[in-house]
Amino acid sequence: MYKASAVKLAGGNSLWNRLKEQKWLFVLMLPAFIATLLFSYGPMFGMYMAFTNYQPGGGTFLHQFFGAEFVGFKWLEYFFTTGDFYRIMRNTLATSLLTLLFGFPAPIILALMLNEARQGFFKRFVQTVSYLPHFISWVIAANIVITMLASDGMFNNLLVLLGIVKEPVAFLQNGPLFWWIIALSNMWKEMGFSAIMYLAAISAVNPELYEAARVDGASRFRQMWHITLPALRPTIVILGILAVGGILNAGFEQQYLLQNNTVLEYSEVIDIYAYKYGLQNSMFSYGAAVGMFKSVVAFILVVIVNRISRKVNDQALF
Amino acid sequence: MILDRFGDHIFRFIVYSILILVLLVTFLPFWNILVLSLNSAEDTVRGGVYFWPRVLTLDSYNQILKDSEIMSGLWVTVKRTVVGAPLSVLVITMLAYPLSRRNLVGRKGWNLYFVFTMYFGGGLIPYYMVLKALNMIDTFSVFILPSLMNVFYMIIVRTFMEQLPGEIEESARVDGANDLTIFFRIVLPLTTPVLATVGLFQAIGHWNSWFDSYAFTYSSDLKTLQAVLVKILSQFQTGGMVSQTQMLANSAKRNAVSSDTIRMAATMVATLPIILVYPFLQKYFVKGMTLGAVKS
Repeated sequence: MYKASAVKLAGGNSLWNRLKEQKWLFVLMLPAFIATLLFSYGPMFGMYMAFTNYQPGGGTFLHQFFGAEFVGFKWLEYFFTTGDFYRIMRNTLATSLLTLLFGFPAPIILALMLNEARQGFFKRFVQTVSYLPHFISWVIAANIVITMLASDGMFNNLLVLLGIVKEPVAFLQNGPLFWWIIALSNMWKEMGFSAIMYLAAISAVNPELYEAARVDGASRFRQMWHITLPALRPTIVILGILAVGGILNAGFEQQYLLQNNTVLEYSEVIDIYAYKYGLQNSMFSYGAAVGMFKSVVAFILVVIVNRISRKVNDQALF
Repeated sequence: MILDRFGDHIFRFIVYSILILVLLVTFLPFWNILVLSLNSAEDTVRGGVYFWPRVLTLDSYNQILKDSEIMSGLWVTVKRTVVGAPLSVLVITMLAYPLSRRNLVGRKGWNLYFVFTMYFGGGLIPYYMVLKALNMIDTFSVFILPSLMNVFYMIIVRTFMEQLPGEIEESARVDGANDLTIFFRIVLPLTTPVLATVGLFQAIGHWNSWFDSYAFTYSSDLKTLQAVLVKILSQFQTGGMVSQTQMLANSAKRNAVSSDTIRMAATMVATLPIILVYPFLQKYFVKGMTLGAVKS
């Protein structure tokens, strides 16, 4: 489609003439092109340092970078054989699987519930308030979570009041519980905002379908189950692809900001690990290798999931 | 029939219960922080302050005004938001327009060049090395330049531009306007609503970001408000190991108490601007998000 129209619009001119004609368009693109080249592609080429023994100090930056001794897959091997690998992968996968388990269905359910609520102030109010946590930083969210879960915080007090626990629970000092806190706080933060896409999909449903169902005597629940939910399928698939593709993106900020010394064994995910060794301990090549492992696996995951979904559902990202 | 109507009542009951639960869970934490920031520090330690302040005072806000670290952080944050957001909107829009033009030479290739970066990245350490090579570490530019481009927002703007009626552009072209004039005089004004959305998103991004300041700057006069908050938070995290009663008995009692309320007040100060722009933002972002979702 594009190609045919492009040729027609260009009036059959040669490529050079078309380029000349569009020179201002390329001038407009230039800043974005350069910014992307430097800050997105620059680091991709910089991954070369994962295969070298990079040592800072002495000479110009380029000299250090290209002059560093080439060591091949040494750092990756080191990562796989160190005892840290198991722990890091366990934390990363546990956090993201739990986050997926809570975070993925929550916005779907919220959107369905909002759709069932009568139009009016209450509905709009719930919607507005549920978006809010998305727009605050994880720094503030962590502050809030820590305050809520403190031994004298609101949540503990509620649990004691309801007789669910006898003593306040030290939530944030409990290792395995930490994963659940990450997953649930993530759900709290993003559920409202993610529901927007599902609500948009719901609003596109033909109202006649509900009309017909009502004539057939379908209850509200059945209408939701047999009309609204199937209408959400394409959106669910697309967002599912993104979620599974990002499974190694277990997050950095949440863990980093919510962790404390007692839960380090459980809070260290792959990004924190790369940061800790790469920047804090100045093992630049090792940190780069860990980061590269993550990027490559994540990319392969997106491609695979995308291909499967194209086959099964005829839905794909690219 | 009657059974069905009974079922509908139960269904509606469940629906509203879930919605009220969501409302409480998202609203009460913010409310509680506000209440804690307005309560006197000494009184808060006694516990039980949840829904309204027991000893109302603006002490913690006064302390914040006197805290040079927080005020300097606030200033850096305001500066980067005011400078960074409009600049990035300009860069994003300048890219979105050419890419929205069907006849752009190499359109598919350019799209791939930009969209690929959404799915693959070099990782933090090489990124740091790039910043270092560009001499951007510990400078203000580290806040502005790397965030100029954002592919997701570009797609939102591009989608909006693709839906503009082509006739206006055509008639301008007949009148002899070149692409630059068309972009600045015609397309840009017509795109204002979506630019406002993306601008607010970028502004909030700048307002909320802490990691670049935390990891890529060392000077205290380059620490953003959120980065200062991270510091206060980590002080609390280590202090939090001690129970509140121990803290009371502690000789450093006053310090611990006030750092806790300052934490609440600083959290409120960082949250308030977002709540204030929120009504303006909300009008647009639902539309913007859905547009972007369709295309990506």
